[in-house]
Amino acid sequence: MSFQFELVAPEALILSGEAEQVVVPGVEGYFTVLADHAPFMSTVKPGIIDVQLEDGTKKSVFVRGGFADVSPDGLTVLAEHAVFVDDFDLEAHEKEIEEAREAHAKAEPHEREEAANLLADLEDSLTAIRHAKGLVH
Amino acid sequence: MASLKDLRNRIASVKATQKITKAMQMVAAAKLRKAQSAAEAARPYSERMAKVLANISSAMDGRDDAPVLMTGTGKDDTHLLVVATAERGLCGGFNSSIARLARDRARKLLAEGKTVKILCVGKKGFDALKMEFRELIIDTISFREVKNVGFAEAQQVADKVLGMFGEGEFDVCTIFYSEFKSVISQIPTAQQIIPANVSAEETEEEAGASVNYEYEPGEAEILDDLLPRNIAVQIFRAILENAASEQGARMSAMDNATRNAGEMIDKLTLSFNRQRQAQITKELIEIISGAEAL
Repeated sequence: MSFQFELVAPEALILSGEAEQVVVPGVEGYFTVLADHAPFMSTVKPGIIDVQLEDGTKKSVFVRGGFADVSPDGLTVLAEHAVFVDDFDLEAHEKEIEEAREAHAKAEPHEREEAANLLADLEDSLTAIRHAKGLVH
Repeated sequence: MASLKDLRNRIASVKATQKITKAMQMVAAAKLRKAQSAAEAARPYSERMAKVLANISSAMDGRDDAPVLMTGTGKDDTHLLVVATAERGLCGGFNSSIARLARDRARKLLAEGKTVKILCVGKKGFDALKMEFRELIIDTISFREVKNVGFAEAQQVADKVLGMFGEGEFDVCTIFYSEFKSVISQIPTAQQIIPANVSAEETEEEAGASVNYEYEPGEAEILDDLLPRNIAVQIFRAILENAASEQGARMSAMDNATRNAGEMIDKLTLSFNRQRQAQITKELIEIISGAEAL
């Protein structure tokens, strides 16, 4: 049994096709979507989407910011950032974390929470991506 | 009557101008193709977003904990007009038609006694509006140095707008941009983004499917997360439409300019040839009458 899966970023349609199984990093924990899943909607936390396509190929995509919509027609993930794990630029990301850390240190009290959230998001992303790339066990 | 030398110089200068306009037209055509495909690539996201939003908002219907971004502040005293234009000129009526629409709206709102604030995205909009509304323009965001305007830039504008909304600096936000219909037609459009305008027909259409939806963490939280994203998406769409419209407008403006230059060259060449012939005839007459006098 397969279902329609779509991963959409603001700038392009990243992935679209029939999938057997998709693991999504929901805000309250990872969840797996199979065919005929009940209608469900969740925001997405930074992490890796693991897709198993109908023809057996597997794809891992890093996503940050967005939400997943499981409807009777299939699964649609809208993500603000979506990059295939193989294409992910770790160095650029570490630089971004560095910048976020500085911004957090300098932030005014009322901006502090926002800066902290961004920093936490970025660090979560780093952990997720390291695991996915097999750098940490 | 201009001398032969003057005419020759003018023809050369018009030809040089024609070359430039021709080149600009071709550049605009290439950029238009790129802008159009960028706009098309962005469409799925905004469509899905609208669908999901309609879905949730119908589930939220009638609940009083709906977020302010959707219900509005309950007033409409202060309006923020986001005017998105190009960074460069030489694109026909593109910038001025957006500015005109914004100006008319601003005048109307002022006449009704409302407070108006203007946020310019793009330098040309600021240039067009600064004469009349200098003190109303709170900021100008320019993407001149950015080569490919992407979602990050739209996010920057959205953050600014949301930040202002959070501080309670305005009640209603409208974005002005030009919708791309075709190369020859771009329609200046005003679209209200705060409070979010979830169209009624979509809501009805989706209402049946949304009944047994499950939400994690909850409808209100998702909506809280979704609405700011939606603002960014709307602004992104406006910027992309604008980019395509700008190139389309420039292309047809430059096409016109090239054609006009061609006509001018024809006319000048004709009068140049006439004058040259007249001069030859005159010289011949002088020689003949000189010979006859001998």
